Amino acid sequence: MNIRFTGFGGQGIILSGVIFGWAAILNGKNAIQTQSYGSSARGGACKCDVIIQDSYIYELVPTGNDILVAFSQPAFEKYKNSLLKNGLLFYDSDLVRTDSFESNSFSISATDLAFKEFGQKLFANIIMLGFINSKTKLINAEAIEESIRQYVPSKFADTNINAFRLGMKLN
Amino acid sequence: MTRENYLSKLKNRTLFIQGDEAAAYGALYAGCNFFAGYPITPASEVAELMAKELPKVDGYYIQMEDEIASIGAMIGAAWSGGKSMTATSGPGFSLMQENIGYACMTETPCVIVNVQRSGPSTGQATLAAQGDMLQARWGTHGDHEMIALSPSSVQESFDLMLEAFNLSEKYRNPVIFLLDGEVGHIREKVVFPDINEVNIHPRNISKEKVDVFGGMRIPPMIEFGQGHRIHVTGSTHKSNGMRDVVSQEAHDKLIRRLNDKIESNRDEISKYELHFTDDMEYLVVSYGASARPSMGAVLKLREKGYKVGFLRLITIWPFSSTIVKELGKKVKNIFVPEMNLGQISREIERFVSCAVHPVSKIGGVAHTINEIVYEIESEVKKY
Repeated sequence: MNIRFTGFGGQGIILSGVIFGWAAILNGKNAIQTQSYGSSARGGACKCDVIIQDSYIYELVPTGNDILVAFSQPAFEKYKNSLLKNGLLFYDSDLVRTDSFESNSFSISATDLAFKEFGQKLFANIIMLGFINSKTKLINAEAIEESIRQYVPSKFADTNINAFRLGMKLN
Repeated sequence: MTRENYLSKLKNRTLFIQGDEAAAYGALYAGCNFFAGYPITPASEVAELMAKELPKVDGYYIQMEDEIASIGAMIGAAWSGGKSMTATSGPGFSLMQENIGYACMTETPCVIVNVQRSGPSTGQATLAAQGDMLQARWGTHGDHEMIALSPSSVQESFDLMLEAFNLSEKYRNPVIFLLDGEVGHIREKVVFPDINEVNIHPRNISKEKVDVFGGMRIPPMIEFGQGHRIHVTGSTHKSNGMRDVVSQEAHDKLIRRLNDKIESNRDEISKYELHFTDDMEYLVVSYGASARPSMGAVLKLREKGYKVGFLRLITIWPFSSTIVKELGKKVKNIFVPEMNLGQISREIERFVSCAVHPVSKIGGVAHTINEIVYEIESEVKKY
């Protein structure tokens, strides 16, 4: 299972991948995570790849993505073709227009929701994680919550958990 | 906090960290207490973690003005009783070459991490390569032997770092830790051991005034500041350390001993992993990041009915020539996936009479399993 998180640097793209990868390990699976470096990690089209498998992972480079998550238009344009034929596209409808791109796609207004519900845009990535997991049931929710608590600053942990749970309830 | 307290908190913990960070934790377990370095992608995470953690174990982190100064400081620290390390990537590794020779000549135990990126020159700064395999062996001038290790996973980056420090102490030689940007930067699971179950090779220190540059194949060291006067020089020297730069015999005796202490222990230092070599007709040899998709390709080719074996080199230098020679007699072809244009492939050719095919990929992206399967299958189908 290959998952690619994409967006602008600063939207929590890499954090999303790290949280998801660690949650998969807590769930007894193997996971590796890689991320883009240099200028793209600080702006532009940033990406974070997570490979999750029950068996040992020999393939270090994802050869196509089962799930693509897009948080910015440039990142969507750059990476949309990495989505496998039956892959799932998740995107923030406030920030991305998919136009004629054909895929099994799911969108939520994550950034707007984060601002309305929690007063800050920065919870959008965690709302999206909840949404992805409610659609795919890839990893059990307790493992993701444990992973969130490990990786976000402790004073924001509860808000992030609430953001994750909000995402889980969305359709 | 003492080192014991610090390490007891890590005991049996599982972390999701990068290969660079795992190498740094491995160094802390090995007793490293001095790091001098200059940041460079993709090796900066080693320095970053050492800067954060070394003070907690009463160690010293110092950011130097460049890589030449970094390795110089590290060698000095080793002679003052420290277990020292530096970390860099290609451009910095090139700058360090002169002092790597100085560390060989002065028999200084230390570890130099090279997280390889694409070169030559500044190349692709953020992307991975395995292009410094021969530079690690022959980068510094003159006759010398070298020890170099290359991990294939984040867990191995931790485990092998312990080995790197042990080998450097045992043989009084610098050890090159050949990570690549791929293994250095992926995050994977690492489980930390109990420090009480970790084997640490202690430095052989003499309290008495003895010859520290001869008299036996691997002489003991003396620590600076412990009351003995000692001369440490990169010039040819006698067993007491004093220069003798004109005598043919003195140079011959010293350099042959320095080479012999590694060469005569080649098989003991050499570590590798074998899979499916009993019934093989073809052999794949790989190491570091390339070994991952290589093993995946071997499994896939086996499913397709090809009798393919796999040799993963863990020790790169001294080269595992004994096993390569032995396996080379059993097969028609050897395939060598590596992220360079055939550096280790060329070394293998020296020891076998069968055909050796480099499966090269450069440009900063690791091989995929299918790329390796395709190259091997299309060659094998010719027969």
